[in-house]
Amino acid sequence: LPICSRTVEPLEYYRRFLKENCRPDGRELGEFRTTTVNIGKCLCSITTADGSALVKLGNTTVICGVKAELAAPAVDSANKGYIVPNVELPSLCAERFRSGPPGVEAQAASQFIADVIENSQMIVKEDLCIANGKLAWVVYCDIICLDYDGNLLDASVFALLAALKNVQLPLVTINEETGLSEVNLKQKNPLMIRKHPVATSFAIFDDTLLIVDPTAEEEDLATGTVTIVTDEEGRLCSVHKPGGSPLTGAKLQDCITRAITRHKEVKKLIDKVIKSITPK
Amino acid sequence: SVSPGDTSVLAGLYGPAEAKVSKELPDRAALEVLLRPKVGLPGVLERSREQLLRQTCEAVVLGVLHPRTAISLVLQVLSDAGSLLSCCLNAACMALLDAGLPLAALFCGVTCALQPDGTILLDPTARQEQEARAILTFAIASSERKVLMATTKGSCSVEEMQQCLAAAQRAATTIFQFYRDSVRRRYSKS
Repeated sequence: LPICSRTVEPLEYYRRFLKENCRPDGRELGEFRTTTVNIGKCLCSITTADGSALVKLGNTTVICGVKAELAAPAVDSANKGYIVPNVELPSLCAERFRSGPPGVEAQAASQFIADVIENSQMIVKEDLCIANGKLAWVVYCDIICLDYDGNLLDASVFALLAALKNVQLPLVTINEETGLSEVNLKQKNPLMIRKHPVATSFAIFDDTLLIVDPTAEEEDLATGTVTIVTDEEGRLCSVHKPGGSPLTGAKLQDCITRAITRHKEVKKLIDKVIKSITPK
Repeated sequence: SVSPGDTSVLAGLYGPAEAKVSKELPDRAALEVLLRPKVGLPGVLERSREQLLRQTCEAVVLGVLHPRTAISLVLQVLSDAGSLLSCCLNAACMALLDAGLPLAALFCGVTCALQPDGTILLDPTARQEQEARAILTFAIASSERKVLMATTKGSCSVEEMQQCLAAAQRAATTIFQFYRDSVRRRYSKS
């Protein structure tokens, strides 16, 4: 067999594995990496955040911290609060990201997360309003990648969902006489999460093969990517295919079917973890 | 410049030209897309759209024929009355055609709006987009009408997405015919 080096000819090296329907790390084409999630103050160790979660998808590590503040709602939507997601790719997570203003990947990821929140209606902005026209919650979701090994979008959406489920907001009332807000830190309520979107990413190889959950190396060699976000009713919240190799409608349908299966696995995992940290 | 209805986008393509050493790629052309909104500075939304356009163009442009060069595509939004992203896609493809760059296939952008009662509307106006339950934008390639790019706004069921995709693929034929006619008019003697 001719010797094929992983560093000199990475594409040939990969093609050898793909011919046998597996990948260099031993996974099948449709298999995800081990997913672990840590939620809350004790396990996730962000003590100052209102809600936090740490998600590991293989080596890709993403942490999400949620902080809520009070503000006046906008004039044209007096009954709506704000949700502000922000994805950061600091230079410590991978060599390709330099320090300085957010690069294209970080901005595109932030826009993607904002779209997922909006499309899936997982948090309805009207729920964040405390008093019409006077007071509303602003929920800042900061998603920071600590280690980048591919599939950032899946891990980010998962971390966001887990962190939001963990958020406990204090009860805020407006005193009728003084007109000032009173924050009751003793009484906390969880955020109302209506839908649970889960993202599934695929990499397209050589215009035909679809592999699930690509690593950073696989993403570099791929000719395109597809990310499908589904919610628990099997509805599509987002089909994100930023260019890359053309796909037929049938292949897209395969991706969607796999995404729906993945949704069930992730939902089970989140429910299990939340149950384990809730004090009985 | 492409204007379906009142949405208008001006596209300018420069290249293949010499690339800066920091940006050049050793084996292919480096494609850069700049999207300038009508008002204000480009923000996160423009960056995300630029990424979509760039990767769509990279999939069709035969960059390997022009290594270590830079191709810059600048899009200026002149007016926005709905279906902006598909207008940008069409402008980009026509600019690539006009510049004579080697392409593997043509592509066209189609926007579908899914109305609350379930009907599919192609190339919605801004008003129709606001009332729609979901808006899906596809970039369809000329070879076998495959999907080159897809983005969705709002949620829809899987069947609805497939129906929109089929409608977009049918509409693509009309758009490609429009490309043919435009290019023919441009290069005809009169």
